[in-house]
Amino acid sequence: MTDATTSQTPVDQDRPGRLREFWFYFSENKGAVIGLWIFVGFAFLAFFGPWIAPHDATEQYRTATLQPPVWQEGGSWKHILGTDPLGRDMLSRLIVGARYSFFVGVIVVSIAATGGIIIGLIAGFSPKWIDSIIMRIMDIVLAFPSLLLALVLVAILGPSLTNAMIAIAIVLQPHYVRLTRASVLSERQKDYVTSARVAGAGIFRLMFITVLPNCLAPIIVQAALSFSTAILDAAALGFLGMGAQPPTPEWGTMLAEAREFILRAWWVVTFPGIAILVTVLAINLMGDGLRDALDPKLKRS
Amino acid sequence: MLNYVLSRLLTFVPTFIGVTLISFSFIRALPGDPIMVMAGERGISDERYAELAAQFGYDRPVYVQFWEYLTGVLQGDLGNSFVTKRPVWDEFFALFPATLELSICAMLFALALGLPAGVIAAVNRGKFFDRALMSTALVGYSMPIFWWALLLIIVFSGNLQWTPVSGRIDLLYYFPDPTGFMLIDSIASGQKGAFISAVRHLILPTIVLGTIPLAVIARQTRSAMLEVLGEDYIRTARAKGMSPGRINGIHALRNALIPVITVIGLSVGTLLAGAILTETIFSWPGIGKWMVDSIFRRDYPVVQGGLLLIAVMVMIVNLTVDMLYGVINPKIRKR
Repeated sequence: MTDATTSQTPVDQDRPGRLREFWFYFSENKGAVIGLWIFVGFAFLAFFGPWIAPHDATEQYRTATLQPPVWQEGGSWKHILGTDPLGRDMLSRLIVGARYSFFVGVIVVSIAATGGIIIGLIAGFSPKWIDSIIMRIMDIVLAFPSLLLALVLVAILGPSLTNAMIAIAIVLQPHYVRLTRASVLSERQKDYVTSARVAGAGIFRLMFITVLPNCLAPIIVQAALSFSTAILDAAALGFLGMGAQPPTPEWGTMLAEAREFILRAWWVVTFPGIAILVTVLAINLMGDGLRDALDPKLKRS
Repeated sequence: MLNYVLSRLLTFVPTFIGVTLISFSFIRALPGDPIMVMAGERGISDERYAELAAQFGYDRPVYVQFWEYLTGVLQGDLGNSFVTKRPVWDEFFALFPATLELSICAMLFALALGLPAGVIAAVNRGKFFDRALMSTALVGYSMPIFWWALLLIIVFSGNLQWTPVSGRIDLLYYFPDPTGFMLIDSIASGQKGAFISAVRHLILPTIVLGTIPLAVIARQTRSAMLEVLGEDYIRTARAKGMSPGRINGIHALRNALIPVITVIGLSVGTLLAGAILTETIFSWPGIGKWMVDSIFRRDYPVVQGGLLLIAVMVMIVNLTVDMLYGVINPKIRKR
């Protein structure tokens, strides 16, 4: 959502009502609005999590290990969602964990989108042979299943959340390149680009000011979708032991730590998963709404 | 048509070389000297080190090494695993049937539920069924499958005790596996209960691996059906008095299938990525688990060879899908 507003604002100044029009279509989709609210809550937790959480996320209450949630026998209001095998408060860990997923999403999407857009613009504006080389390289990256490539990249860089983010960004980048290049190629044929060129616009002005704003709609939709992919992949890497390392309360890593307790303590497994699912679902709902609002070709279905 | 096939094949060559180059460079970029890894904790003498370096060709210039690797790959030589000392190629094809069996079952599961769900949603557009099905599909699409697997294990293996937690078959059964497909081999072995056991082991991994393709297929089928249902020939069929079942089931679905087939073809990569998680959780002895284990064991030739074989497989499938698409849809060939 943040992406959408920032890129809409400059356009809004010379074409009043654009943002309102966007909101009109976006809010027609009830699911998207719900998704947006959940996402706002998620972002709020990401920023203020440590101040909201009832306990310290790494504090170990040794007298209360594997305590069930409050509504089950043996639970207490002190630990509303129970505690994990080391006696850490589940609710606090989940709340503090929101920031890891959120920043994974923000950073991965920023790196992948910036890199992908620039490479895509270059491919779309260069002579055919450079374009071919760039697209072949992207084909090569796309030939590897994304999670596998990310896994191997993390194995090379060393397991950590930062390296997981770099790996996921590299893996997601080709999608932006393809998308940008495809829109650039179709936009470049149009008269307004020709007239800008005739008027003496330089190549950079053509790329970034004339053409790029008209290619943004599908890229914004892609940004929303890859935000959720990034969160899922980072959690999957954490789950495999190749992402954030314990005791970081990252949701995927929490699941990995909880694996051996699945048959004894359902809550240590269930809650981190619900957190991932709800967040990803909210972002996907929002992405669908964005697509409906921004991409007129897809508005019908 | 021939031109189209040739031009697509031509783009395959540089991509193949690039994929080989990437998997070749990874082994050199990984931390740690492969020879030191092989030597283990006991260490190694300088002479023996030089000898091994010469044996593996690590003392020669990188471009010579790459050339030898490339020619080796083309002759089916991917080197030997550091851990088992067996050729990577043999290991891959010994484990591949397990992954293939799981992927096929997952795809069939996804199709069996996804196609009808998409059609029903499209026909009831905007009504309760459509909303319910599409909301479910979106949940499936957003599912962290490693958590979904754990959840299913808690319910079906833990609480209900219906399904086993890991492996492909109970240890009670032992029989030769000529095809590598447990479902076929267990029938061929003629042992009582072996087939049932194989099926029970397959259920949960199939559901887990099939969930995301199921959601994608349902969504794709719905939007393709909606597109087709707006066409003139559907209106004509309706005007002729054809029954809705026949229109939706035969006229519309058949034409809606073209984009769906493309999606199926392109989801091979997704399936393989999902297989990594699914196989790790269910201890399924396939390619995904083999790759993860090898990464953790720093078994470089296996990581390198496995990465290459998987990428080439994805490329071949994509190429085939592209060509089939060209056959089905003549408009594509022109580009």
